[in-house]
Amino acid sequence: MGVSEPGHRPRLAVWKFASCDGCQLTLLDCEDELLSIAAELEIAYFLEASSAAGPGPYDLSLVEGSITTAEDAERVRHVRRVSKRLVTIGACATAGGIQALRDFADVREFTSVVYARPEYIATLERSTPISAHVPVDFELRGCPIDKRQLLEVITAYLADRRPVVPRHSVCVECKARGNVCVLVAHGTPCLGPVTQAGCGALCPAFNRGCYGCFGPGETTNSRALNRQLRTLGMSDPDLVRVYRTFNATEEPFRRASEEAEDDA
Amino acid sequence: MTHKTIRLGGLSRVEGEGALLVRARDGLITDLQLTIYEPPRFFEALLRGRSYEEPPDITARICGICPVAYQMSACQAIESAFGVEVTGPLRDLRLLLYYGEWIESHALHIFLLHAPDFLGYESGVAMAADHRDHLERGLALKKAGNELVSTLGGRAIHPVNVRVGGFYRVPRRQELAPVAERLREAREHALATVRWVAGFDFPDIEHAYRFLALRHPDEYAILSGSPAVSDGSSFPIADWPVHVVEEQVPHSTALHARLDGTGGYLVGALARYALNSDLLSPLARSAAREAGLGPVCRNPFRSIVVRAVEVVHACDEALRIIDGYTEPDAPAVPVEPVAGVGHGASEAPRGTLYHRYRLDEAGLITEADIVPPTAQNQVRIEMDLRELITPRLDLPQAELAALCERAVRNHDPCISCSAHFLELHLDAR
Repeated sequence: MGVSEPGHRPRLAVWKFASCDGCQLTLLDCEDELLSIAAELEIAYFLEASSAAGPGPYDLSLVEGSITTAEDAERVRHVRRVSKRLVTIGACATAGGIQALRDFADVREFTSVVYARPEYIATLERSTPISAHVPVDFELRGCPIDKRQLLEVITAYLADRRPVVPRHSVCVECKARGNVCVLVAHGTPCLGPVTQAGCGALCPAFNRGCYGCFGPGETTNSRALNRQLRTLGMSDPDLVRVYRTFNATEEPFRRASEEAEDDA
Repeated sequence: MTHKTIRLGGLSRVEGEGALLVRARDGLITDLQLTIYEPPRFFEALLRGRSYEEPPDITARICGICPVAYQMSACQAIESAFGVEVTGPLRDLRLLLYYGEWIESHALHIFLLHAPDFLGYESGVAMAADHRDHLERGLALKKAGNELVSTLGGRAIHPVNVRVGGFYRVPRRQELAPVAERLREAREHALATVRWVAGFDFPDIEHAYRFLALRHPDEYAILSGSPAVSDGSSFPIADWPVHVVEEQVPHSTALHARLDGTGGYLVGALARYALNSDLLSPLARSAAREAGLGPVCRNPFRSIVVRAVEVVHACDEALRIIDGYTEPDAPAVPVEPVAGVGHGASEAPRGTLYHRYRLDEAGLITEADIVPPTAQNQVRIEMDLRELITPRLDLPQAELAALCERAVRNHDPCISCSAHFLELHLDAR
């Protein structure tokens, strides 16, 4: 086990920053495993699930959400200090999330659209991943994360090994699942070739093109994909939008959207 | 002169991040702030310039607990702008998906967030030490809801199969058979849950609520309907902006959602039950009767019973839909963008969720407005707290603080949804 002292259950903490709560909910959605997890790990801090907020330090911290305020930038440093191992869960924590679309706009203008009195709003100009602020031991991608991958992260932690989370593209999962290629066979625009696997190729299984919610996979070739997507009738503004969703600031997606924007 | 201050740092067992501050002097509350420090994410701003096809996916990310509610309100708002109507088996499938979300969300609240209050535990998991059977039943129920959402939507959180006009792919009849089997078990679990929670010890507290919920002529409204108010009035959904006005008040603790000029109305399970209980399924109605619920429940602590009754209804109706399901010819109705404004509302597990979009002739969004249930309830929750605390200021501090936290949790607030709250916290500085 190596990760904790003998006879002591490792202490788990779950933290939230700017997010929808969906990734931490994934832990509670492990209905068949929840009580076994609680037997192996002491759930020491998990506000959404428990009013017992035990003090740190914690052996394993799962961190959801992005940093969008000065207070949160401070708070995440505290989280790092009290955590032996820190794993970020979900696109907000690993890439800034949908709220990082402000990076391509003027956040003051955004504020004035939503709030009648923008002067009362304190927010940062950018929405940044946790790794932009503190060292992170492992990043689990997805919007939301996949339950099986979360269980893999927890199991790997308990076994003191590295989680096995492949970085290949959704295409590999499509082939494994026996999906017909929606891009080739149906002419449906699909980000599968440039998106990291992990969801189980869900969208193509539902006759829909992948929309990139797990972020860019390794060794992507978005220029080649964009040529294909244009052939299928996507305009340059369509291409910009399709890369700018939940992982818009991940470098390969940012570059792909900016290339399309330059062409527009 | 006696002073008393109650501070609850991080409200637990709620979705999102909030805190409560109460100040009292000489037996009177001088200040009460339900502050929300959830950072704003600016959805209404970032939706501008996006295609009409995107709000089901984008607004789902407002809330990981009730993404289907966001998808349904968004789709219906856009469809109404385009003059499109989704009917027949496609509408049934939407209802079915939504019932799945109700089951999982209510089971989460009943077993993991709310029940520990009545039995004196810090969490559902801690409760399992002495009440393992009950917790396992709750998890089975939650799982049944999640499986229904995943079967239709691809996954339980942020389903991928919802689009304006319908779905990307519709299930074959035989794909629904295993779900139906699970739902029949779930319905039994739900009935047992009603009996279990009806036996809890409830504080004897009632509030003179003004309720708002959607009302549908033939259904216990969930997917669609017209807003109805407990004073007997109702209005078409397109008139929502005339009746419900959100105000940012600089020196108040709340973004006041006012209904016809007055603040402090309640949406959610108690409101739906008060306005629509005649339309519950016969089984859910009889469960409500046996649980001792009258036609209206004004005790927010008993909302756990109403939610359990709604789970019975959801299981029952989901089974009825599966039973009568015939595969539609196409997974979606054709949608052609037209310039215009559309309104849509549905009953999220926590209450009425309203969306409005203005779109141009290319189908790009030029304006978006989203009013989540918890933003509407915030003023009323503060009123609950005032009425609860005023006669109990002599209680020991810890006991009073715990009671306050329970009073907030009664309404299953979803703070992540309500990014609108943020300025209130900053106002208070």
